[in-house]
Amino acid sequence: MPNPDAAGHWGEFGGRFVPEALIAALDELEAAHAAALADPGFLAELDRLGREYGNLPSPLYFAERLSEEAGVEVWLKREDLNHTGAHKIRNVLGQALLTRRMGKSRIIAETGAGQHGVASATAAAYFGLECTVYMGEEDTRRQALNVARMRLLGAEVVPVTTGSRTLKDAMNEALREWVATVDDTHYLIGSVGGPHPFPMLVRDYCRGIGDEARAQFLDRTGALPDVVAACVGGGSNAMGIFTAFLDDPSVKLYGFEAGGDGYDTGRHAATITAGQIGVLHGARTFVLQNEDGQTIESHSISAGLDYPGVGPEHAHLAASGRAAYEPVDDAEAMAALEKLARTEGIICAIESAHGLAGALRLAKSLEPGARVLVNLSGRGDKDMGNVVEYYGFEKGE
Amino acid sequence: MRAAAAFAKTKAEGRAALVGYLPAGFPTLADSIKAVDIMIDHGADIIELGLPYSDPVMDGPAIQRAADQALAAGFRTKQVFEVTEAVSGRVPILVMTYWNLVERYGVDRFARDFKAAGGAGLITPDLIPDEAGEWIDASDAHDLDRVFLVAPSSTEERIASTTAACRGFVYAQSVMGVTGARAATSAVAPELVRRTRAHTDLPIGVGLGVRSGDQAAEIASYGDAVIVGSAIVNCYLDSEDVPSGHQRLAELTADLAEGVRR
Repeated sequence: MPNPDAAGHWGEFGGRFVPEALIAALDELEAAHAAALADPGFLAELDRLGREYGNLPSPLYFAERLSEEAGVEVWLKREDLNHTGAHKIRNVLGQALLTRRMGKSRIIAETGAGQHGVASATAAAYFGLECTVYMGEEDTRRQALNVARMRLLGAEVVPVTTGSRTLKDAMNEALREWVATVDDTHYLIGSVGGPHPFPMLVRDYCRGIGDEARAQFLDRTGALPDVVAACVGGGSNAMGIFTAFLDDPSVKLYGFEAGGDGYDTGRHAATITAGQIGVLHGARTFVLQNEDGQTIESHSISAGLDYPGVGPEHAHLAASGRAAYEPVDDAEAMAALEKLARTEGIICAIESAHGLAGALRLAKSLEPGARVLVNLSGRGDKDMGNVVEYYGFEKGE
Repeated sequence: MRAAAAFAKTKAEGRAALVGYLPAGFPTLADSIKAVDIMIDHGADIIELGLPYSDPVMDGPAIQRAADQALAAGFRTKQVFEVTEAVSGRVPILVMTYWNLVERYGVDRFARDFKAAGGAGLITPDLIPDEAGEWIDASDAHDLDRVFLVAPSSTEERIASTTAACRGFVYAQSVMGVTGARAATSAVAPELVRRTRAHTDLPIGVGLGVRSGDQAAEIASYGDAVIVGSAIVNCYLDSEDVPSGHQRLAELTADLAEGVRR
């Protein structure tokens, strides 16, 4: 497994840029995670939970009609069929089981559109843990249905009124709360960002996506895919599927970032494409920032990709050239979402539509019949409000 | 002027130092200079200038609001050197900053420009010595203080390695929480100071949500410096206009200065 160095660095990225007060908790978490991964009992329990509760492993699906149109073979890893509707269930089940193992009774989480919040509240309900979710005040209004889901699941939802009142501020608030409650509380972070060991730990719980897909792909086709594609916000679903293929040099890895209104407009969330290195939320990585290093607000139609940072392992994969990262703007993503719905009868999340759109764009430059594996990281039910709004504006309906 | 100069004076007087914190550019750029002068006039021994940042994960609501206000008014990193230059010479001036701002400016360039402005050193709340190689080199090259934090959760090993990397003083973050938060029990801070003293001869500053001379006096009984931030910022946040904020700040500083002299 391509782990970071002992201090959590992948090349120049990662590390721990946090108050000293959190170091002991991060050390404890790192040790607990390492012990858990070496414990057959823990792994068996996590596997059982995944199968019986999470609906794992998710199927690998050959999208025949879409493939005909694209001129390449498009294979979808159907994470949209998981319990709670996305790959995120893998991360929260792993971390919640780890929380219990550490003897902690409470989890806190940050959420943007509410998907990670709902997943966290779900795992908390399952394990009988207390759960508090920090969510930007603006998002609590726009995503009232997810707030209701979290509350129904027994979680407390705290609207965050500081800064830009978005996901990054919800993360700030979760970190502040964690410093004050670290004795009995685990910060169940929602992506492969944050201080070491979080990027490694979240990847470890999400890597089942790629481990399953690689075995499924070999089983179905007798070969490996030529391309693996995924959307990248913080980057948990992409690291989840990339990890299994990192040592397969023939497999090209593509991460598609949110291009928002278009990369050239400056209103986007294409953090790696923009290419400025900085420190945000505890790690050195690529950051959308101004000349002084103040964080710039990101823009995307997809709340799950609307984040001005990115996981440090992605930063490293980009810098080392092992994976390529490109922006996909709102319009291109929405076109892919519609195409998938009409050719395959699958309504995916707008996040996942970015990965699919990038793969379809890439298909034009691939050999006919090339095999492309796309991580369909989530389902689109949550996005129907946005979809209606988008097509209402675009088509005058 | 370096931190050691202030501590030599307070030690000779047999008392703790008073450290006053204010974000540069708050309530306005000019008034932050005025506010620092007021604090010095009324007995502050060391000044900590905050560098406003968009994502201050260690700060409570008061300092967040102050930083937001300064940034909304267009505060730029380089202006901290203007403020430093305007107020330096009477007491040591340290800058407290989240690391990305320094890294973005250029670590060595920041150290050079800050030194040239008369600054004493940096307090770095989200930079631990383990990640601070470039800053340790730059602070050596430009002869600046470097103040890292210790916390109640720090192991003995970490207190030893962190204090070994400090110069000027050690910042004891005595509450597990953000700035402005109060301790659940008063035993945590003295215990952290006691543990820290076992590893270093450097002065130990204590931040603990201090609001009054009485609280300052209590901390002064075991710490070498009493660090006050949120209460100072609140002088302006709670005032109708800046002049009344200045007035409140003068009264608060005098009360705190009396506290550390009891």
